[in-house]
Amino acid sequence: MKKKIRLIEIAHARSGDKGDSANIGLIAYSDSLYKIIEKYVTAEKVKTHFTGIALGEVHRYEMPNIRALNFLLHNALGGGGTVTLKYDAQGKTLGAALLRMEIEVEEGEL
Amino acid sequence: MKPSIRIASGQGFWGDLIDAPFYQVTEGQIDYLVMDYLAEVTMSILRKQQKKRPEMGYASDIPSLMERILPVCIEKKIKIITNGGGVNPIACAEAVKKVALKLGIKNLKIGVVSGDDILEEIDALKAKGEALKNMETGESIETVQLKLESANVYFGAQPIVEALRGGADIVITGRTTDTGLTLAPMVYEFDWSFEDYNKMAIGTIAGHILECGAQATGGNFLGNWQDVPNFERIGFPIAEAHPDGKVYITKHESLGGMVTFDTVAEQLVYEIGNPVEYITPDCVADFSSIHLQDEGNNRVLLYGVEGKEATEFYKVSCAYSDGYVSSGTLTYSWPQAATKAKKAAEILKNRLQLLNLSFDEMNAEFIGLNACHGPLAPRLDEDQINEVMLRFSVRSKDFAPVERFGREIAPLVLTGPPAVTGFAGGRPKPSEVVAYWPALLRKSMVTPIVSFVTLGEE
Repeated sequence: MKKKIRLIEIAHARSGDKGDSANIGLIAYSDSLYKIIEKYVTAEKVKTHFTGIALGEVHRYEMPNIRALNFLLHNALGGGGTVTLKYDAQGKTLGAALLRMEIEVEEGEL
Repeated sequence: MKPSIRIASGQGFWGDLIDAPFYQVTEGQIDYLVMDYLAEVTMSILRKQQKKRPEMGYASDIPSLMERILPVCIEKKIKIITNGGGVNPIACAEAVKKVALKLGIKNLKIGVVSGDDILEEIDALKAKGEALKNMETGESIETVQLKLESANVYFGAQPIVEALRGGADIVITGRTTDTGLTLAPMVYEFDWSFEDYNKMAIGTIAGHILECGAQATGGNFLGNWQDVPNFERIGFPIAEAHPDGKVYITKHESLGGMVTFDTVAEQLVYEIGNPVEYITPDCVADFSSIHLQDEGNNRVLLYGVEGKEATEFYKVSCAYSDGYVSSGTLTYSWPQAATKAKKAAEILKNRLQLLNLSFDEMNAEFIGLNACHGPLAPRLDEDQINEVMLRFSVRSKDFAPVERFGREIAPLVLTGPPAVTGFAGGRPKPSEVVAYWPALLRKSMVTPIVSFVTLGEE
């Protein structure tokens, strides 16, 4: 049986800026939940999720030691710094936007 | 050697809670108070202030803060380390000395770290083969050199340690890394070798946890934020460091907030790139080697961190003027709040076109609808929405069109869709775009300068 879950149910996050890139750290609430985000929250999936926001590549880095994935969303902040016209100039709310993502997992995995 | 030292974060940025450093020095025992004031854009702002008033150019909050905390710090032997010296750390130290005199303090030694400002050296550095290319785009510095407003090297912990070894009670620096402020007292107190890269890495990572103030103790926490107690008097983080390289992240018991695995982990991932290569002037720290252990009672243990030798470069941060931006807002209420806000944006855009104003970029955002999450935000039933704020922004290399744009916002109230408010507060003014130019510079090209401003006997 497959089950749809939202990332907000299994993880928390923090985001910020690095030039014109946004970084989002996604942290699972337990080691077993980390296995799930590691398996399902791929760079590709995150890039698709942020269509219209992340205009460049998305890189993913793994930190199982703190149950976290770090995503770099390139070309996502309208030029970054003081150049950007975006209200959320530093991508502070993009971590929350990632938590909107839905993934489909095997029920036994939870 | 002390069995452990407690290093307390007093500011997460310039403009953070004014009372936080006071609470840090009064609500419990600490040995060091560290305060980071410098965001990337801050140096150019400070430089402009110094141009107008040569005795300025540092974080102007520092003298009044010192007036409040210095008597306590001297009584409790708390040393203060801050990069709030900005582009004029000597003047900052002199201002602090004046405060100390006024307070009747007899003996005080202030260490000053400077030498980070290379704005006047750029031609000389180029002649020595330093290209100072933009490390993100590869562009040549010549494209912006004439527009540069500031250029500073990021120094690490070393010059701060030198100041502490020279007997400083307070260390005021120019552009040093925020992580160096926290690492330096560990190196000084425990006599760590700068070649002990694992130790450099643990101090650096402790600095990364402290550098954003309460973001490590429950502030801006996207986990169970409702569980964070007493936001009103939130305690800023404290790093309790031990000579063997173990560091406990904690806070004063009497203050609010919380320190857990989750709050610390969230700060660890903040604004990082590749976690195995967290590069500072002191080392290359590996975030994937961090061991975090929640010990309960607002104590999280950090240990087993691995680091490597630092690179042969300093990072340089340059700022240059690159045009102007302006933003105006108006709020539309029910009925058809969103439709009206969108119509107003369209009218505004057309009027700017009729005026023949050209911009490098224009942006209309609808706050209440999707300004934060853009296309990711689910569509709402637009008839049900109570109000929507239109935020319209423009950017141009030229001042004139941006200034003219500012005169077109308020008129929409009488000449556009109805049930609109929020135009009080005057016309939006153009603000300068301070663009940022990151580069690398070989460490041998520049030497930090450590000097002292003293009061009383040596």
